[in-house]
Formats: sequence, structure tokens, C-alpha cells
Amino acid sequence: MLKSNSFVRKTKKGKVLKVVRERYLRDDIGCGDIQCTKCDSTLAKLNGSSTQYLIIDTNIVLHQMDMLEHCSVNDVIVPSVVREEVKKRNLSLYNRLRTLCTCETRRFYVFSNEFHQETYVEQEQGESINDRNDRAIRVACRWYQRHLPDKQILLLTNDADNMKKAKQEGLQVQTALAFAAEQNISELLDLVVRPSDGDDDETGGGERPSKRRPPIYKDHKSLTELQLGMREGRYHQGTLRVNRYDPSRAAVSCESVGFDVYLKDHIDMNRGVDGDRVVLELYPEEQWVTEETRLPTEETDLVTEDENTGVAELAPDAGEEGYGIGAAGGTRRVTGYVVGIVKRAWRPYSGSLDLKSVRGGKAATVDVLFCAHNRSIPRVKIRTRQLETLKDQRIVVVIDSWSVFSRWPEGHYTKTLGKGGDKQTETEVLLVENDIKTQPFSEAVYACLPPLPWDLAAEEAKKPERADLRHILVCSVDPPGCTDIDDALHCTTLGNGNYELGVHIADVTHFVHPGTAVDLEASDRCTSVYLVDRRIDMLPKALTEDLCSLRSNVDRLAFSVLWEMTPEGDVLPEKTRYTKSVIRSSAALTYAEAQARIDDERLLDDISVSLRRMLMLTKKIRAKRMAAGALTLASPEVKFQVDTETHNPTDVGVYQIRETNQMVEEMMLLANCTVAAKILDSFPLWAVLRRHPTPSPQMFEPILRAAAAVDVQLDTSSSKALADTLDLAERPSDPYFNKMIRILTTRCMTQAQYGCSGQMTTAEFHHYGLAAPLYTHFTSPIRRYADVLVHRFLEAAIGLTRLPPVLTDKDSVKELSDQLNYRHHNAQMAGRASTELHTLIFFKDRVVTSDARVIKVKENGMVVFVPKFGIEAMVYLNPKGVEEKAFELNMETQKITNAAEDLSYQIFDKVFVQISVAEVPPHGRKLMLKLVEESEVPVAGA
Amino acid sequence: MNRMEFLSPEGLRLDGRRPRELRQLRCKMAPVDSGDGSAFFEMGNSKVLAVVYGPREPAQRGQLQQDRATVTCDYSMSSFSTGERRKRMKGDRRSTEAALVLRQTLESAILTELYPRTQIHICIQVLQADGGQQAVGLNAAVMALVEAGIALRDLVACSTCGYLDATPLLDLNYTEDGGGGPNVQLALHPALDKVVLLQTEDRLRLEVFEQVLDLAMDGCRTIARFMKETAVAHAKELAVARA
Repeated sequence: MLKSNSFVRKTKKGKVLKVVRERYLRDDIGCGDIQCTKCDSTLAKLNGSSTQYLIIDTNIVLHQMDMLEHCSVNDVIVPSVVREEVKKRNLSLYNRLRTLCTCETRRFYVFSNEFHQETYVEQEQGESINDRNDRAIRVACRWYQRHLPDKQILLLTNDADNMKKAKQEGLQVQTALAFAAEQNISELLDLVVRPSDGDDDETGGGERPSKRRPPIYKDHKSLTELQLGMREGRYHQGTLRVNRYDPSRAAVSCESVGFDVYLKDHIDMNRGVDGDRVVLELYPEEQWVTEETRLPTEETDLVTEDENTGVAELAPDAGEEGYGIGAAGGTRRVTGYVVGIVKRAWRPYSGSLDLKSVRGGKAATVDVLFCAHNRSIPRVKIRTRQLETLKDQRIVVVIDSWSVFSRWPEGHYTKTLGKGGDKQTETEVLLVENDIKTQPFSEAVYACLPPLPWDLAAEEAKKPERADLRHILVCSVDPPGCTDIDDALHCTTLGNGNYELGVHIADVTHFVHPGTAVDLEASDRCTSVYLVDRRIDMLPKALTEDLCSLRSNVDRLAFSVLWEMTPEGDVLPEKTRYTKSVIRSSAALTYAEAQARIDDERLLDDISVSLRRMLMLTKKIRAKRMAAGALTLASPEVKFQVDTETHNPTDVGVYQIRETNQMVEEMMLLANCTVAAKILDSFPLWAVLRRHPTPSPQMFEPILRAAAAVDVQLDTSSSKALADTLDLAERPSDPYFNKMIRILTTRCMTQAQYGCSGQMTTAEFHHYGLAAPLYTHFTSPIRRYADVLVHRFLEAAIGLTRLPPVLTDKDSVKELSDQLNYRHHNAQMAGRASTELHTLIFFKDRVVTSDARVIKVKENGMVVFVPKFGIEAMVYLNPKGVEEKAFELNMETQKITNAAEDLSYQIFDKVFVQISVAEVPPHGRKLMLKLVEESEVPVAGA
Repeated sequence: MNRMEFLSPEGLRLDGRRPRELRQLRCKMAPVDSGDGSAFFEMGNSKVLAVVYGPREPAQRGQLQQDRATVTCDYSMSSFSTGERRKRMKGDRRSTEAALVLRQTLESAILTELYPRTQIHICIQVLQADGGQQAVGLNAAVMALVEAGIALRDLVACSTCGYLDATPLLDLNYTEDGGGGPNVQLALHPALDKVVLLQTEDRLRLEVFEQVLDLAMDGCRTIARFMKETAVAHAKELAVARA
């Protein structure tokens, strides 16, 4: 069965090295046809009854993946040489191809032609590796023709040379486009990527760009030139971040420059898309521009910009007046332009079609611009045959290419999400945009769960190391409506006058074992996602709401941390215990209920007394933490009252914070800090920690400038100094002023991140916001995977289990924490987007007037924040149709004044705005804010 | 995260083998005339020459043992055995360790008490290394001993087995050996069904270990069958030549 055929290859690895590898050519590789009697059909997937089998080449996979993924494409043979080439070229496409090949419902078969006796070909003298691979594919085609003489074997390729040779050899061959056209499914045809130079002979109606038209953009430099330039210090590399409010401007943070480089228009962005890794060159200093002093003009203006009207219009008209080039006054920003792109960050974007841009008349195929939901993404030109069905739908589009002749990138349609404006669809959009997995859990995941109803007594007997804490009075305090209770608390007095404080966390790792299907699924999801009207769980419901949830009056397994604490609130570290336990919660309280029990002095039952004790102790801990320099940060969080039937918001309000919230928070912080120290002590190389880097002085600049404008001094030299000066920033006339300053300060800081202790220095472990030297997440394993990992570390640290192999390798822990950070960030973004969506739904049928605070001023408008609804939006001073009032901007005091009418607005000023929803194509609804006089505010609404 | 895929979804390894397949086995008995017995053993591209001297008078007095033979072993990699030509110092740590392991294994297989006051010296030279050369060396040494007509308790067959991509893989080659997974070396007395050598430098879970061990034993049995066939064929050849 084995045939050996050694071949020799030379590789360069510092030195020239001769590598000799064997290749065993086999005769037992099946053709994949279910009905084939000549060969082994255990792995066969091709439906024996169809008449045509497709064989694809590498370029088809690299460029036409969306077409292959369409459900009408089946009976495809993927030669293994194609699979290997794709793997080398593009890993994400490779993963998609693998999914296709392993999918039960799709008939894709990988034919291992490279190991097949009759289809293996050797590279000939003078033949390039690409030509050899193409030949291998053709040889495989011929083999199939001989092997299955009654089937039609069709080779799909877009490569002209390969096609010519295939025809000579008598194979049937077609391009992807021709194949799709033959199938006559318009959706399939839309999925095909067209050659970008317009040489396809499709008779649509699309106007072909004239070849003589000058290019809009400069050519990108080659990679070697870029590397040379960077080595010489002429070029700088960084990640492009497009301004959300004004997609024609962008910033790039370059490590080699030290701060953000500003890109003033799309010409300078030179086809860079948000997130791309770009290389740029700086303009000479005299061409640097000042910060724009105006708010970007409304988006609708951009839509009319036409590709074919020529270059002149492409100079941004809004921009010219915006920047005073070299003008005195505002600070000049380092300005540059993109010379090359190292790595594209293109991904599928959701959005809708811009119907104003349809070109191609009444023909079946039209060109239309696609407008992504994410405003940082440029419009994408797509060609479609299904305009009628797509026009009011939310669709997903991917970018294929961006030529120098085209104002916008070219892309193609991939799928439809649903009708625009519909809440279901919009939620779907925000989930897709944030890459959140919503598929139901698989059978394999459910198979990992213990059978229900689950019996505790048997469990208990099995484990002698599990402490029975059911005699202790434990209770949980959570937000109302919480069904996944992952923490419970207790506090008892000890004989020596000290207190025993305990935090009991749901023992998720008892049910979720490393490496099982449920663990893999959770490690992919990383976190539960909380939207306004629904929750997307990390773990199946049986675990989150029943087995793990520490509900009242049932026996539950927990992981407990117990401290002994003096009446002054000092922990005796040597008395701290960690143990797996069984608890029985006496009460599942809400924050409000717990607060009421504490406040009602007549209540002397055990729970109330222990709550009071806890509150007393946590207040002392909190005071100590504050003295150490912990920051009280603020976020503009709001809470919707949701209608139980329609899930539409009925009211909105700011989240109320009670003493009990802080009590629970303190206990959790204490548990997290204690556990962080313990696991770091046991596993200094691998522990998962959560760190919050100290912000650099530049990062505080915006808030310092804003504060200076209103004569508030902030000291950012240390977190302690900042906390103290934040406390002093008060304004007697405005009780919300302090919170406003805190919100803006919070925005200056970076987010806390997960990290592997083996890859950081001790100084980097520090958590700036909490002023804690060590911190991790231990207390919410039901909804965060990081906590599951920390539970495993702690289990191993107290000798109950051994660490699984993934947690004993620095690099794999780093990989895990990167995934955690990514998912965590996305979950937050999705939550925020969901709030925005519900804000829109809430304001759909009403016009509300409310007070707001100015947080940024520009010449033609300002950005305001509405505390009551947590809305941040732009307000134009001169809405359309109203005659222009000239305002003067003073950057020093952050103030705009109109001398004629004696009007002025300064940062942090209180203004009144009217909030309503307007219909704006192409995305539909948008919040509109308008300035109103205080007198117009109805008394009740103020 | 571009990890190497050691087992394709179609179930083929990098060199086209399936997980439970050995590399191609080849063995030539008595390839050289020096010494009292020699064998050349190949597993794929790992090629080893072994030459046996003895039983003979011990080269040094101190090595003499009254009740049994003294077994000594030389193990060396030739400078051209790997892709990069490198002058190898005799007695580097790896070779010394390999020599020690091989000596101990062979000593327990040879009926040393039949050859008192003698020395049996085994020279093992790796000509080409493509993973598992120590196992190939042991197999070559055993065949050389057979050729030399030295009495053995039983044949000894040795193979390696690793665990990559959650699958036990038999007889790792150089690339797979560098794949970061565990590698277990096992030598077996096939007729006695007794393990003579079990060696690994990696940590692996017990369940995995059991799978790996089972597969390695199967591999050893196959190798043993091959060794026996070769030895019998060689004996027949000799008989024909003499007749």
C-alpha cells in the first residue's frame, strides 16, 4: 500500500539547508462519490446522482468564497493542493473553507491529490510552483474524468492561462462568473466578485470608468519600499482610525511618532479603511493643519458626491473652510498622508443601499453604493441584480478591491439580514457588527450537562474536600430581575470580637470541565452579552439559571472565600480561606430590598442584622480604598423600562446607585483582589490578571483643557491626586457638574484589560482605577469566561485539581486573554448599540425637551450630553433653512460667542434641547437635537 | 496563529501516512564484513548502521566480569546525518545518553550469563536522521546481534509514538517530532510480550498515555514481525550459499 518517493527541497533558514522529506503516495484515497464502487467511500460526500462535479482552483477560493458559501453550490471537489495553498495565503479563508468541507449539509469533498498515486505531479525544470499546482489540479481533473466517465467534471478557474491549458487538454472549464450566470440565481450572481478592471463582458448597464480619466488616488508603495522608508525614518506605521462623526477625517497613532497623526481628507487616507494597518509620511510642518473648528456637515450632503463628475469636486468643500491652514489660533496637528497599506482590516459590513446612487437605469444589473452601518466605513460600490428586493433591507457586504480610479471601494453582496427599521433586524445588525455568536448551543454542548433534575446529595458524598456551609446564613443581593445569581454573601461575628466575612461564588467549574464541548463554546463566546431586551448567554440556560445560579432556599455548590476581619475593617491575611462549599442561600434580595431591610431599624431578623454588619464593614474598606487613591468613575448609563409584551421601551432613566450596590461591589473587589494575589503567588507565570494601565499625561489633555476653561484645576500626577481634585470640582449652580467632569475624565483613560502575568512586568499588574496592585475577575463565572479560568487557577492553587495544559503555557494564556479582551469589548459595544437603538425606538413617537450639558464647542455647533437619557449628540447652531449666524470660537475658554445677538455657549454650560427622531436615508431613523430656550421647556419635563 | 496541521481533516499526515502507519521498513543483514555481525536498518529516512564485536576478550581488564559478558555500546550521529552538516563531538550529552539507554536495553536482552569473562561491543552509527533514530538504532543493533549469532532472550523491537492534533501518531518523523507534542519511545520483547524500554521526556495525561502506549505496542509488534521475516530470509540465504 505504501509507495515511497523521497524528494529534496532546499530551504533558507539562516543557512542553506537541505531538507529531505518523504512522501507516501497511496492507492486508497477515495474519489468522494457516494455511489462509487471502485473506491473506499467512508468519507464520501458527493451526491452520486448529480451529473456535474465542480473542481475549483486556488484563486476561486481566495476571491469567490462568498459564492462557494451560497447554498446552491454543491458537489464541489477541493483538491488538497488548493487547500494547502489557501492555508498559506489566507488563514481566515482557510477556516471558512474547512467549515464548508466539514459541514454536513454541504457537499464539499477534499480530494487528497497530493498523496494519490496517480495524481501526484512533480515540479518540472523551469516550472514555477504556481504552474505546477495548476497542473496538479488539471491532472486531478483528468483522473476524475477517467474515474467517473459518466459525470461531467467542470473546472472552475479565473486564471486565463490555466483555462487555456485546460481547454487544450480537453477539460471542461468555466470562469466563476460564467458558472454563476448559468445557474440563473440572481443572488448567486451578486456574490461573485467581478474583475476590478472592468474587462468582463457582462452587458449590464454599468458605466465603465474611462481609461483616460486621471487616477484619484496615488499608487501604494511596494512593501520593500515601505520597509526601507520606515527604517530610514521617513515613513511611520500605525492603525488607521476614522473619525466616527466625520468619515473624511482620520487619525493614526504611530509608535514611531509618539502621538496621533492626523489625516485631513480621503485623498490623504489613500484608500485606507478604518482599522487598516497603514504606513504614512508626514507633511512638512508648514502644511500641518489646525484642528477643525467646525462640526462636520450633515451626512446627507456627502451622498450627492458623484464619482463621475470629476476630480475637482473631490476636494472636500466642507473641509477647506474648516481648517485654517497654518492659521494662528488653534494648535496645529501633525498631519500626514498614507503611502501604503500593510494589512487590510476588511471584514463583512452590515448596512443598507443608498438608493440615490443607483446607476445603470432600468437594466437588470445596476451599480449602487452601499452605506455601512458603521459610519467610519466608506461607501462601497456594488453591482446587483436584485435591487428591488434589497432596497429596504439590511444587507451584509464585503469589500473586494479599491482601485486608484475609483472614489469608493468595490465590493459584493453576501447576505440579507432583514427589513430595515425593524427592531429584530436592527438587533441582528448590531450583533453581526460586533461579531457576537448567537447560534443556539449544539447537541454536544447539551450533552456535557448533568441530567436534570440534578441531585446534590450524591455529589456531596463524593467530595470530602467540599466544606458544608449550609449552616451559615447566606444571602445574595442583585439587580431586580436577575436570574443568573453568581454571588452570595455572609457575615458572622466570631468569639474574639472579629468578623467572618464570606463571598460565595457559583461553582461553574464543577460543571464545566476543561476541553469539553461546553467549555470550548464558552471560551469562544467569552462573555454573556446583555442587550436592553435580551441576554445572550455564554453557558446554556440550565447552568446559568438553575444549576449554578445561587437561588434562595436550595442547596447549591459554591467556591467560597472566607476572611477574618477586625472591627476596623482590616483583613487578617493568614486567616483567609479558600474552599469549595455547599451553601443554601436564605434570601435572594434586590438592591432595593436589601437597602430597605437595612434602613428599617425595627427589623432585627438575622438577615437584616448581618446586612447591616456587612455594610458597616464595607464602608470602612471603601474608605481605605478611597484613601489609597481609587477613582470614582462615572459612566452615562441609563436604564430602560421595557414593555413586557412588545419589549419596546416605555421609560428611560438613570441607573440609581444605593449603598447596597457599593456594599456588594466592595465585597466583590475584595474577593477579586485576594484571589488575584493567591493565584499569582501559586502560578506566577500563567495567572490571568486584569490590569488597568496608568494613563499617559497626553491622554488627559482634553479634560485638562476643558477643565481649565472653566477654572477647575485637576491634578493628574497620580490617581490619588486626581481623585482628590475631582472631589473638589464642584459648581454650586449645577449639581450635575461633578458627574460631568468625571464622565469626561473616564473617557480619557484606556480600558482595563486581561493579561497573562508571565508576559507583564510586576509594575504592569497595577490597576489604576481601583488603585490596586493586583486585580482579577473571580466573581461572575456564569457570565464571564475569565472568571472560569480564574476558578481553575484557584482550584489548582489549593490543590484540588491540576491545571489543564492550555493554562500552563504563557502563549496560550495570552491568546486566551486576547480573545477575552476582544469579546469583552464587543459585548460592551453591542450593549451600547442596543441602548442607542432603544433610545431611537423610545423617541420615535415623541418629542421631548430636556436639559443638556455642552461637552464640546465648535464654530457651527456643539456636542451636548443629555444626562436624563444618556444621549450624546451634535447640535447645529444653524440648522438648514435658518439664516447663518456667525459665531466666534475661543479655544482658550472653549466658548463660542455671537456678538450681535449677545449669545454665547461655553463648555459645561447647561442648555435646553428638544429631542426628536428624523427619517434620514439611507439608514432610516436618526436622533435630532435642537436648541430651545429654557422658557419653552414644559415645567414637568424639566 | 498559524499552527501547523499535523493531521489533515482527511486523516493524512504531512508525509501522506495515516496516523497508525509506520514508515517504510528496510533492513539489510551483514552489510559490512568487519566485526562479527552487522545490520543496516531503515525506517523511512532514518537510517542506522550497527556493528557488533564479540563475544571477545575485554579490551580493558577492568571491564571483565566473572559471571557474565560485559556489554558496551557506542552511539554516534555522523556529521552528515542531518540537513545541516555539523561536526559532532564524540560524547556529547545526547549521544552519551542514547548510548546508555541502548546499552541497558540490550544488556537485558542478551543472555549475558552464557558468555562469562567476555565483552560484547556494539557500534551504532546514525547515517541519516529523520526522527526516531534512537529507536531505529536499537532495531539495527538487535538485528546485528542476531547476525552475530549472540543468544537473546527474545527479539527487541522499538518504535516511537506521539500525540498531535488530539490523535496518537505512530512513528514520528523529524517534522512531527518538532511539533511540540509528547513523544514516547517503547521497546518490546514481542514473544514474551514484555516491555523492555519505555522512555519519554514530556508530560502527558494518563488517558492520552494509554492510547499512545497501545499504539506504540502495535507498532513494535509489526516491526518485530518484519525483523523475524528478515532474519529468516537471511538465514535461508546463508543456507543456500553454504550448500
